[in-house]
Amino acid sequence: MVDLCVSLAGVGLQNPVIPASGCFGFGREFAEFYDINLLGAFSFKGTTEEPRFGNPLPRVADCPSGMLNSVGLQNPGMEKVLTEELPFLKTYYHQPLIANVGGFSVREYVSNTARIAAEEQVDIVELNISCPNVQGGGHAFGTSCAAAEEVTKACKAVCPKPLFVKLTPNAANITDIAKAAEAAGADGISLINTLLGMRIDLKRRRPVLANIAGGYSGPGIFPVALRMVYETYAAVRIPIMGMGGVSTARDVIEMMLAGATAVQVGAANLVDPYACKYIIEDLPAVCAELGITRLSEMTGAAHGWSA
Amino acid sequence: MVDVPMLVGANAEIAPGVYRMQLYTDGVALTEELRPGQFVNLKIDGFYLRRPISICDWSHGVLTLVYKAVGEGTRHLSAMEEGAALRVLLPLGNGYTLLPDKQPVLVGGGVGIPPLYYLCKELIRAGQKPTAILGFNTASEVFLQSAFAALCDTILTTVDGSAGVKGFVTDALPKLNPDTSTVYTCGPEAMLRAVFRSVEFSSVQFSFEERMGCGFGACMCCSCKTVTGYKRICKDGPVLRREEILW
Ligand SMILES: Cc1cc2nc3c(=O)[nH]c(=O)nc-3n(C[C@H](O)[C@H](O)[C@H](O)COP(=O)(O)OP(=O)(O)OC[C@H]3O[C@@H](n4cnc5c(N)ncnc54)[C@H](O)[C@@H]3O)c2cc1C
Ligand SMILES: Cc1cc2nc3c(=O)[nH]c(=O)nc-3n(C[C@H](O)[C@H](O)[C@H](O)COP(=O)(O)O)c2cc1C
Ligand code: FES
Repeated sequence: MVDLCVSLAGVGLQNPVIPASGCFGFGREFAEFYDINLLGAFSFKGTTEEPRFGNPLPRVADCPSGMLNSVGLQNPGMEKVLTEELPFLKTYYHQPLIANVGGFSVREYVSNTARIAAEEQVDIVELNISCPNVQGGGHAFGTSCAAAEEVTKACKAVCPKPLFVKLTPNAANITDIAKAAEAAGADGISLINTLLGMRIDLKRRRPVLANIAGGYSGPGIFPVALRMVYETYAAVRIPIMGMGGVSTARDVIEMMLAGATAVQVGAANLVDPYACKYIIEDLPAVCAELGITRLSEMTGAAHGWSA
Repeated sequence: MVDVPMLVGANAEIAPGVYRMQLYTDGVALTEELRPGQFVNLKIDGFYLRRPISICDWSHGVLTLVYKAVGEGTRHLSAMEEGAALRVLLPLGNGYTLLPDKQPVLVGGGVGIPPLYYLCKELIRAGQKPTAILGFNTASEVFLQSAFAALCDTILTTVDGSAGVKGFVTDALPKLNPDTSTVYTCGPEAMLRAVFRSVEFSSVQFSFEERMGCGFGACMCCSCKTVTGYKRICKDGPVLRREEILW
């Protein structure tokens, strides 16, 4: 028997597999495919104070080994999430829940964090200071140590639950931001959000995305994400949710070896709605093949080597 | 919804760049629950995102798609040989709502025509007598006309007049009474807009295309603003009623 359980900042998960924010909605579309109670947890769509439509279309582009999106945080707004999405989710989902929170100012992040953390259903708050698709929000906080520290500190003050800060790979040095968040009281770090990229339509000679640039995710970013998780693990003491291109059970284990306590899966859910189910079903056999009896022991197990 | 492997059968060019592909599957995926106007999402080897294609027709164990090779993905699809396997996610989208007490007129342009074929069959099965108006640029590009003609009254239009009525589909549209008739349409946006202007009654149903991330409502990549709020073309669409459209 392989033990897949992990403990994430004190929250027990039956396995480390977590659909990533923005790639799983509020769960309902996936519940049409499988019983989502088999997940370790899931992180719902980044929620802002006001409802948002997001950016103009087209806002998705196909890429070798991945995709670009410039959705720009389309969400129903905090009020609707509290009064409609969460009560509906409660009727069929009983595993831990991660609330992904967006914002455009410290005030908004704090208000969103306080409101969502007060929900009994929410186990972890994930502060998205890394969305590359909105002006003036997210990203601006995730690329400056001082701003990351300020927003983390202010949100932690109103968040009795574990607070994870989600980082962008587009920062000059992601480990500096991670250290700033840790110093400000973060209980954990999520990384990585998408990498800024673009595509150009050859026939029309113009960018494919109406927003010109967008966030690149999918298998192509896995090695970059893995390296960043590895470096961040060495730089902070708080737990890490690692993500970026994870598509298979082997990728999950590799992310954990790099230092992740739990692993999020994003774009893979969009091209295969059963992705997380298959990963979870594959984990025991892959662990057995690799001689792993307790998966949680893999976290950071690839450290200690010098270049 | 299911994601099933299917085997490519015939995959023949039926007009320049337009292919009819048959996909074989055992059982569960193809049932009476498929609604006309719904689509499938194809996982093509070598491409990350799936490609959405409308259901043109199906019978027990065989799905028929008609698609145009416009880019890398559909070109790859057109080169697939008999016996090759493909993962197919289906059925997706809302599909058309059949209105039993209204005389149906089907208006299609180019690769917007395929979903109207299954719609036509379903309307006939429900005891109705549809009329189809099919628009193309020129005679050499015409496809599916004889298939429609075998089922119902079919009017062909070409922009250059090389076959059928010269002009656009809207030039062939008869004057319709909103109490007794309705229109089901699919085609390029310019054509949809022309139909929108020509037939000003609320029951008309339009099928839209947008670039998609998932095709089943999870990513918000395909969202559009409508009179009744934001709608995901893949899940709340692709079919919208005229009264919902913000044009
Ligand atoms: C609901 C729906 C039903 C459709 N039904 C049919 C059909 O029955 N027959 C047919 O020929 N075509 C249909 N299309 C259009 C078809 O999906 C595109 O032609 C196809 O995705 C192009 O892929 P590509 O790789 O060849 O082109 P590329 O331009 O290389 O594709 C790049 C990316 O853009 C997307 N894309 C490009 N054009 C379109 C488009 N018009 N609509 C949506 N996404 C696009 C692709 O899916 C891909 O992700 C439908 C589209 C939708 C949304
Ligand atoms: C369509 C789409 C929407 C996303 N929306 C959000 C979001 O609302 N909040 C957030 O923190 N991350 C969002 N992300 C980023 C993912 O959660 C994840 O960090 C990133 O995609 C990398 O993982 P992946 O390669 O497995 O997709 C989104 C990603 C995609 C593809
Ligand atoms: S394509 Fe993902 S929601 Fe429509």
